[in-house]
Amino acid sequence: MRVPPNVSSADYARALAEFEQAIGREWVFTSDEDLDLYRDAFSPFLNEPEERIASGALAPVSTEQVQQIVRIANKYRIPIYPISTGKNLGYGGSAPAYSGSVVLDLKRMNRIIEVNEQHAFALVEPGVSYFDLYRYIQEHKLKVWIDCPDPGWGSVMGNALDRGGGYTSANYRNHFDSHCGMEIVLPNGELLRTGMGAIPNAQTWQQYKSGCGPWIDGIFSQSNFGVVTKMGFWLMPEPEAYQRCTVSVPRYHDLMPLVEILNFVENSRITSGFPDLESPLLGYPPVGQIQLWNETGPPKMSAEHANLLKGAKLGYSPQIEAYGARAGIPYWRLWLSFHGPEEVIQAQWHAAQRHFARIQGAQFAVVEQVKLPVDAQQATKYHEPEFGVPSLRAFSIGARTPWNPTPSKGHMWFSPIIPRTGEAIIEANRVFSEAAQSLGMPLFTTFTLPACFWERAFIFILATPVTEDPHLNKRYREGFKKLIEVGGQHGWGEYRTAPVFQHAVMDVYSFNNHVLQRFHATLKDAIDPNGILSAGRYDIWPKHLREKA
Amino acid sequence: MRARRLTGTVTSGLLLLGAASRAVGADSLAARHAPGRAVYEKWCAPCHDPGIIHPGTHALMTKYPNSTRASGLITAWTDLPATYVTFMVRHGISVMPAFRKTEISDAELAALAAYLARNTPTGR
Repeated sequence: MRVPPNVSSADYARALAEFEQAIGREWVFTSDEDLDLYRDAFSPFLNEPEERIASGALAPVSTEQVQQIVRIANKYRIPIYPISTGKNLGYGGSAPAYSGSVVLDLKRMNRIIEVNEQHAFALVEPGVSYFDLYRYIQEHKLKVWIDCPDPGWGSVMGNALDRGGGYTSANYRNHFDSHCGMEIVLPNGELLRTGMGAIPNAQTWQQYKSGCGPWIDGIFSQSNFGVVTKMGFWLMPEPEAYQRCTVSVPRYHDLMPLVEILNFVENSRITSGFPDLESPLLGYPPVGQIQLWNETGPPKMSAEHANLLKGAKLGYSPQIEAYGARAGIPYWRLWLSFHGPEEVIQAQWHAAQRHFARIQGAQFAVVEQVKLPVDAQQATKYHEPEFGVPSLRAFSIGARTPWNPTPSKGHMWFSPIIPRTGEAIIEANRVFSEAAQSLGMPLFTTFTLPACFWERAFIFILATPVTEDPHLNKRYREGFKKLIEVGGQHGWGEYRTAPVFQHAVMDVYSFNNHVLQRFHATLKDAIDPNGILSAGRYDIWPKHLREKA
Repeated sequence: MRARRLTGTVTSGLLLLGAASRAVGADSLAARHAPGRAVYEKWCAPCHDPGIIHPGTHALMTKYPNSTRASGLITAWTDLPATYVTFMVRHGISVMPAFRKTEISDAELAALAAYLARNTPTGR
């Protein structure tokens, strides 16, 4: 039997017996066969000794059981690692950050406690997936939308706690920002409710976020200070209509005003749908069409066009720009989407065009006008998450297709945040493409555009493949760390990362002699003195492991 | 809770099959496989339903062109033994991860494997 680090076999056996008593024998997993199911399917250390594995797994069904588990873990100093649905593939999956920890698998806690149409919120447990919540809303014919990331089987709560994003309206795309109220089992087993939930018999737990006094919700995301067992989310009332439009501009340097005006129209709420950048001339797709390109192949390009692209530097050459002008292919295209009443959408689109018209040669088009609602089947005509419809279509990334004859074993997401300017896009491409090329990394091999999930910053989300070849995986891991470091030198940091890279990423956040990390450690020692919870998550280690490092 | 409920359904499905064994028709076959089909719908369909918008199906279409598996549809294949389904669900392949027992229990997996293997002659 596997035994967690720094725990005696005898103590572990006693702890297991108590866990079995608390949650039932069938929900305590200790065999290799069962525990292998907790391996990170996309581990960058695939089949290598450094792969992080579980020593056990516990699957409670209630908050009370979580409290019991936490108390037993304290008694025997068992390191435990909560997961919700374990589906954040590319960011760690269901494996613990500290190898040998016992995974606390919260998948069975899958109650949708409330979906309130009038006040447009949901209150859910950790095991509820986007598919679950979507189906519940459809079955009950409730007129609210969820906001989901590309893979729909992830946990609504887990994705928010990992600070993931989605594709509908700006108020909802940042999943942590759109939460309202948490219930948390603290590392000592006590139950805490945040925001208005701290009032017994609270009337507005899911309607007012911060309550009174310090608002502590943020410290329970990307961290290890408690086990979140309930979380509220604001939902978007089902809009009447959806419209997708494009703004196409002809020249390389139009990227600068294009982004500047985008920022203005977004921050002014002239548009609030997911904006998406494309370069028709450079053959770079918008995020919302990546799945389409994986399914049907990239659009055809003339031989002359393809040839000219090879000579472009940072996506530019006078020849390619002239070719674009001649062939009528825009350098950049911005996709804008709008949700709401038809007359409001038309007014918003009209105002947006007025602003973008200051770019000489800007062309406008309405690509899609959709009367809502659409069902899941109708949504397959589009990029489903932009309609709040969960899917797994994004798994075409890495999967076998006629255009990808050698499928990967997964991927690790390289995802730095950069400023929202055209200049920053070009500068990041210069810095990362030079670094990636010298490191033999398959990233930034062509001019690469960021995504617009967040209104105030850009993010690149780039899949670095995990392969069957350990040498290649090693090169990619080391290259990945180097890219994180290079980004840090330029003031750019990752928004989220897999446990393997959490030390490297947090090392970038080093202002004033790593005071942020030291503050995390101070909190850790105060809140979880025995260091039982998710040791190492986002490089926050309990004292006894910090001192060893 | 969910696992227990499903186990209950599997048992009643088997009982139903026993009762109908004198005149096995399409209806009883469908009833027998209803629990496995429900597991398929919940866990497999988003990647394995028909068409290239489903990455699992697209991958299998690409992997097995010009063969009886060319549809890529695991629900229609005639050479898919239950043991193979069980192995894939618990081990994963390519970008498909393994599924934990808290997601698909052993009882649910048995029902799923029986459903997907229903067109495959036994002994394969």
